[in-house]
Amino acid sequence: MPLKWRVLTIVALCLVSVWALFPRDVTTRVRGADGVLHDQKSRRVPLKPGLDLRGGTYLALEVDDSKQTIPASQKAEAIDRALKTVRSRIDGFGVSESVVQKQGDSRIVVQIPGIQDPERARALVQEQAFLQFKITDKTQALERSLPKIDQVIKQRGLVAKVSGDTAGKAATTASKGLQGLLTTTDTSKKSDSSKVASAGKAAKDSAAAADSLKVQPGGAFSSLLQQGGGTPGEFYVAVDQIPTLDSYLDDSVVKAALPPGKDFLPGTDSVSLQGKWYRSYYSVDSKPIITGDALKDARPAQNTMDGTVVEFELDNEGARKFRNETGKHVGDFMAIILDDRVMGRPPVIQSAIGAHGQITMGGKSLADAQDLALVLRAGALPVPLRVAEVHSIGPSLGQDSIDKGLRATLIAVSLVVIIMLVYYRFSGMLAVGGLVLYVLYTLAALAGFDAVLTLPGIAGFVLSIGMAVDANVLIFERIREELDRGKTVRTSIDEGFRHAMPAIVDSNVSTILTAAVLYQYGTGPVKGFAVTLMAGIAASLVTSIFVVRTFYLLWLNRSRGAQTLSI
Amino acid sequence: MLRILHDTKYDFVKHWKSAVIGTIAFIALGMVLLGVHAERHNGEALNYSIEFTGGTAIQLKFPQPAPPDVVRSAVDQTGFRGAEVTAFGDPLNFLIKVQTSESGGPAATNADSLGQDIARILRERLPSNPATVVRAEGVGTSVGSELKTKAITAILISFIVTLIYLAIRFEWRFGVAATIATMHDILTTLAFLAMMRLEISLTVVAAILTVIGYSLNDTIIIFDRVRENLKKQRKESLREVLNRSINETLPRSVLTHATVFAATMALLLFAGEVIRPFSWLMAFGVFTGTFSSIYVAGPILLWIEHKWPRSTGTESKGTSRALAEERKRERPTPVGTR
Repeated sequence: MPLKWRVLTIVALCLVSVWALFPRDVTTRVRGADGVLHDQKSRRVPLKPGLDLRGGTYLALEVDDSKQTIPASQKAEAIDRALKTVRSRIDGFGVSESVVQKQGDSRIVVQIPGIQDPERARALVQEQAFLQFKITDKTQALERSLPKIDQVIKQRGLVAKVSGDTAGKAATTASKGLQGLLTTTDTSKKSDSSKVASAGKAAKDSAAAADSLKVQPGGAFSSLLQQGGGTPGEFYVAVDQIPTLDSYLDDSVVKAALPPGKDFLPGTDSVSLQGKWYRSYYSVDSKPIITGDALKDARPAQNTMDGTVVEFELDNEGARKFRNETGKHVGDFMAIILDDRVMGRPPVIQSAIGAHGQITMGGKSLADAQDLALVLRAGALPVPLRVAEVHSIGPSLGQDSIDKGLRATLIAVSLVVIIMLVYYRFSGMLAVGGLVLYVLYTLAALAGFDAVLTLPGIAGFVLSIGMAVDANVLIFERIREELDRGKTVRTSIDEGFRHAMPAIVDSNVSTILTAAVLYQYGTGPVKGFAVTLMAGIAASLVTSIFVVRTFYLLWLNRSRGAQTLSI
Repeated sequence: MLRILHDTKYDFVKHWKSAVIGTIAFIALGMVLLGVHAERHNGEALNYSIEFTGGTAIQLKFPQPAPPDVVRSAVDQTGFRGAEVTAFGDPLNFLIKVQTSESGGPAATNADSLGQDIARILRERLPSNPATVVRAEGVGTSVGSELKTKAITAILISFIVTLIYLAIRFEWRFGVAATIATMHDILTTLAFLAMMRLEISLTVVAAILTVIGYSLNDTIIIFDRVRENLKKQRKESLREVLNRSINETLPRSVLTHATVFAATMALLLFAGEVIRPFSWLMAFGVFTGTFSSIYVAGPILLWIEHKWPRSTGTESKGTSRALAEERKRERPTPVGTR
């Protein structure tokens, strides 16, 4: 190739690279403080930092078949439908550059960059949004089953799992008079005054009834429960004992001992009694009076009576059914259950309710109400999903990784440059010139392939800088050998490049093969590593073989008949 | 012209026996340590990250150094049993890790909320030194075992792919020698992992594969020179050719290893705790790769040659496949943008 074409090729490559890396407008959707989505334009270099660098949340979801068995044939279809629901929820969430995609046949991967509140994101995605309205148990069915459950747990030997200490403590708290607990509840729950107004009155009514049924201390199961604040079927469980309770409820025999036709579900609210935190649990009828299928619309709102609420509207048929059912249950308490969790405290039904209703959000923020309205609108997930994998990286750690990665890169580059300059002088300078183009080409290739930059990716880049000069070293050592044999400078350079070639190709091909396998089998960060490694090797071949050679040719042309070469 | 180790005539091959004894001792020590680790950690010889075992890892950061026992008790209070609490890099950062297989509990994929719980308790206890969750990761057991399979597949496939490449590119003697050198590298790397008790994550697997590639690269450079020297009309034994080839490529080896080592040192010292196991492995890889190219691949090549000698005159006439192939190509294969 004539020299002119060589130079033109290099210049063209540089121009393409600069173009690929040129800052450009990126439109992102951002949810403003007012909760409205709007587009935001920003200019930046089109290199995509991965979640480990910018901070964010990665979730892998799979079908949760722990509660019900789902045939494999339905799973694949369910995942496809779930993907749509999850995507519309995430889009509605309004975080820019979120990714929702299918991984393999059975997983959904969600990547939300830069989110400050991973719990919220996770709740949003995972919420099956299966809305049910159920009447709380006023027949004290669970209370009556307690001795049986305690016995079952004893027989099953499950009680040994709990340390005697915590069980004992719980028992003491439980036996302290209920009246005292109730007063504490009322004062500590001022912030929860958004509950249906009559809840307090009802609490007092049922308190007397509950008093006679004071949970007896001693039983493994019953000692965990305390009568709740007056709503029938409400119980409190100390937060640190929830795992123990869950382990009991996981046991199939214990499950069977629970009263038939009733469900025992956790609530969303926690209360503080005597400096200790408790979670509400509810015993409710298994049969829902209505489900979220009948939902037509949902939106967040705030009103003075109930604070933050989600207002919903039912379709015609749903409204008719709802009116009938609530009419039958006036005076009862209705638990609003979302994905097997009771939302807030069940309100009392004062009269038949029609097409419009609201879910009170307790002391929660408008953002929570927005999220709930969003998931209700986007529809329920066809199957429950469980989180198979979660990675959540804070923005500070990401920034820290970027800073450290950049520092390591700069130091590595400086060291390599010093080594090359000291050892090869003028030729080293040409190699360093090649190295500059190498960095440019590699970054451009990464931008061009839309590759994601990760921390291992940066490490791969640093490493490839060290390896990139290997080709130069091979060539320079060859040229030296040729010069030693008394050949002219021009011939030595030609021969040097020619003889070093097989070794360069062989050694780089083996590394590229490794990187390709890593790309195929790696996930996230490792993929980033493989991509930078491959881009690095390709760029290093181009610069060391082609660019540096052109530099030599240029130099030979300028100093015609050079007798010595600084190498 | 600045030259180091130019025109050397070291008899590298002479020392192969002590080198082999040394490396076998190193590997044996590593294997014994693996046994010790297995004894101590319920049969888990290697320190797998939660990516492979399933589990939860939470990194907390404090503005000022925090007392580890306070962190520990906060972790215990959340009912997060059997967690391992360690300072991560510096006394400001703590890593709380529990593997699902050890705790036997439910898959801790609620790592984020768990982290927030722990941080909340710590903020109550140390109000002047508020902790924040900088990283929370949870991996379910199903994902873990899947990733393990994937990692093993990746290592095997890259091994097979390189073998195929060697088979195409070199005569079988060279291929076998290079393969054994690669196996040696895997063993020494395992021994190194055992000695440092580095955590094996996907990134570390990537590092292992890169070390293998790097080492192979080095072996190839030397073998390339051997092949070339064999082609020349010289009355030399393979042993002499090998020695000469190692000596001739010595300046290149030193310089390349120096630059790569400089890069890995920059990573090790400045790139931070998250990538540290990767950096350690790469730094080690520079040594094991260099060593195995000279003292494993070389002697094995000689041994194979001794066992299955080439037919007479092969060295100069070049009837072997690699040599014939080399002859055919007057010019090297064009690469890239030519």
